[in-house]
Amino acid sequence: MALDAKIPAGPLADKWDNHLAHCRLVAPANRRRYELIVVGAGLAGASAAASLAELGYRVKVFCLQDSPRRGHSIAAQGGINAAKNYCNDGDSVFRLFHDTIKGGDFRAREANVYRLAQLSNRIIDHCVAQGVPFAREYGGGLANRSFGGAQVSRTFYARGQTGQQLLLGAHGALLRQVKLGNVTLHPRSEMLDLVVVDGRAKGIITRNLISGRLERHAAHAVVLATGGYGNAYFLSTNAMASNVTAAFRAYKKGAWFANPCFVQIHPTCIPVHGVGQSKLTLMSESLRNDGRVWVPKKPGDRRPPAEIPEAERDYYLEEKYPSFGNLVPRDVASRNAKEQCDRFKGVGETGLAVYLDFSDASRRLGKTAIVKKYGNLFEMYEKITGVDPTVEPMQISPAVHYTMGGLWVDYNLMTTVPGLFALGEANFSDHGANRLGASALMQGLADGYFILPPTIGAYLAETGPDRPDPGAAAFAEAEAAGTARVAQLLSTRGKRTVDDFHRELGLVLWDRCGMSRSEAGLTEALSRVAEIRTEFWQNVLVPGRGEELNQSLERAGRVADYLEFAELLIADALARRESCGCHFREESQSEENEAKRDDARFAHVAAWEYASDATPPRRHEEPLTFTAVAPSRRSYK
Amino acid sequence: MSRAITLTLKVWRQAGPEQPGRFETHQVGPVSTDLSFLEMLDVLNEELTLAGGEPVAFDHDCREGICGMCGAVVNGHPHGPEPGTTLCQLHLRHFNDHDTIVIEPFRARAFPIVKDLVVDRSSLDAVLIAGGYISVNTGAAPEANAIAVPVRRAEQALDAAQCIGCGACVAACPNASAMLFAGAKVSHLALLPQGAPERASRATRMVAAMDQMGFGNCTNVGECAAACPKQISLANIARLNREFLRTAFRGEEDGEG
Repeated sequence: MALDAKIPAGPLADKWDNHLAHCRLVAPANRRRYELIVVGAGLAGASAAASLAELGYRVKVFCLQDSPRRGHSIAAQGGINAAKNYCNDGDSVFRLFHDTIKGGDFRAREANVYRLAQLSNRIIDHCVAQGVPFAREYGGGLANRSFGGAQVSRTFYARGQTGQQLLLGAHGALLRQVKLGNVTLHPRSEMLDLVVVDGRAKGIITRNLISGRLERHAAHAVVLATGGYGNAYFLSTNAMASNVTAAFRAYKKGAWFANPCFVQIHPTCIPVHGVGQSKLTLMSESLRNDGRVWVPKKPGDRRPPAEIPEAERDYYLEEKYPSFGNLVPRDVASRNAKEQCDRFKGVGETGLAVYLDFSDASRRLGKTAIVKKYGNLFEMYEKITGVDPTVEPMQISPAVHYTMGGLWVDYNLMTTVPGLFALGEANFSDHGANRLGASALMQGLADGYFILPPTIGAYLAETGPDRPDPGAAAFAEAEAAGTARVAQLLSTRGKRTVDDFHRELGLVLWDRCGMSRSEAGLTEALSRVAEIRTEFWQNVLVPGRGEELNQSLERAGRVADYLEFAELLIADALARRESCGCHFREESQSEENEAKRDDARFAHVAAWEYASDATPPRRHEEPLTFTAVAPSRRSYK
Repeated sequence: MSRAITLTLKVWRQAGPEQPGRFETHQVGPVSTDLSFLEMLDVLNEELTLAGGEPVAFDHDCREGICGMCGAVVNGHPHGPEPGTTLCQLHLRHFNDHDTIVIEPFRARAFPIVKDLVVDRSSLDAVLIAGGYISVNTGAAPEANAIAVPVRRAEQALDAAQCIGCGACVAACPNASAMLFAGAKVSHLALLPQGAPERASRATRMVAAMDQMGFGNCTNVGECAAACPKQISLANIARLNREFLRTAFRGEEDGEG
């Protein structure tokens, strides 16, 4: 099978409109004959489910938590981009497109990213109509701030809780459809497998997390909006339950997985405190608008920050990147922090942090203004660390945050399994090798509100409303496989806990497949992961039973999938012998240690096809061509 | 600076909704005071698992105080004794060596216990389903800046909209009322011009849903606001009452103004 991204013909700016004009439609009266499954209820899932139900389709929504309001989009802090140009600072659809493509280091599709920029404005319109309380100017209009990788202010925000407010907007829209009878909610459900009948996605197998029962759900199409796989690293800014299982199961059923090695490491997180740490907390990138990043000039300088005079501080981002300064993209900021720490200039107990200092901004704008702008982030920092960032500079450190890789999808957001769609962080489509700040919310909502409704309609119009049958053999087989796997996890009764294995896997990935990657390190990581996986299946200890709420069992299933998925992640990192965006291969760097891209050999999407448990996956390439922007060496100097 | 402390935990254990529950006592530690409360429960669960026991079931997800999934009553306080703090953001530096900590699930008729510290809060979504939204279909919105909202209104709306739906207000209330939860949503939407067209029916429908789900009545005790991890103000209950009465006097047809 060759990859066909199904990019519509015509000029870049007209592609989406042309496509819409020619998409097949399902008539309003016929839509109720179609049942759709949406897995995940974050921004992408909730917005898709609500919009599809508004059109008249019957939708089933599945999520892990007790309520669909809790998807991890809720934790997004800083904001959402749109090309409104309300600030009159020269923004446009083209500029947002250009910044996003460049920010992704020219490893995303032009057509997708252009469409994203075009739709950005309608997202803001819709969210405002839903009652999302965005920040306002005194005249009553919407306020904007700037974010990394851009020289305009195009980010809309609601204090430091933009994701929460957008998600509650989508959640409200979803609940309205529950009331109208178009959506059925299935909270506390975990998708264990995808069911494919005659080559098309026709349903899923879920585990009811309260009763432990496996259930079959049939539908005309399946939508995965199940987020990213950052928790493969054990410590990340993801929620504890975020996992790769749904996407990985789909991969094993024929959906190709694209660019798994593209893992974003966010520069501004609260540093690790020690053993027992369960997750890392992000401090919004918006803080870099007013916070200045620095380390002591002298390696090994352990004086408290107040005792280090101005002349002995190294504001390395401002020095090295004068035009973007502290607002360079995340990959650049993270790599530079690591570089400083590798030179023993890191601060804090572990020497793995750098300072983010608000004292200059406080002097310039007044402490009250700064606290008003970032108050809830400062409070959060103080709660976790016990230090007031208005008194002492914040300590920040890079952490795994977002995964640009994901299920390969065409322009219609359909995977290589017909009838299976992937949205939001679960797909790979728009961010290339590095995502810009405030773009994830934009993409999740563009996918759910505006892109999927017409494209899934076209698929349904073509396939017709024949009722899928949950009694089909494929359902029975998938359910039996799920039951057997649960039984195997419970029967091992070994000596090590699930978390213990997960932590070990995370350390291998962080050390060998994190901010800096090499042939030797990655090769070693591959064999380490294989060893951990073998031991896992011989020595894991999962207490309790299958027919009850069993949180250890839930985690065990997810970690088992991470242990397989990690090999794919590492294999992809090995095969991509260039540096681009987040992916820094030590073998491919310039004399000033900047990432060196290799467009001649790697200007493509790598999509991995599952073969079997015994044979390695096959790597396919989707070439990327650029017509509107010339891939340049990314410079933020 | 971090210290290492040892704690005695009295944890509520209950196998299922219909099973009898009881307190179980465990020692945990020494653990670092840098750990969060939930990380301390992780440590306990790892020890219980390795000793052949069954770990304590508790809800949690984002662990940064925003998803609203976590919550338990700690020493009589929902989310523990620190004001404005979810359980996941409560750190052990607020406890002393050899403290005894009592941990129970949120208790309310509308929140049946599922297992140990896990309760079923779907009744909260049922209240929102009754009317906690603005009815606008995707695609139907006007240009965003066509609707001007004064800064103060927008800020007040956001103050109310911060609710994370954790249910601590219900657990803290002697009547197990959800008035603060419902009041926050009604306020958020009533303060914005976009919410005006459905204003007249929203409060009555949500109040009816609260009654139906088994939440109690509000008697102005104020424990809800004291326990709220997002410090949602009692003024939101006053606004809910006002919205409710407004419709009682003027009828559902009178949506504007």
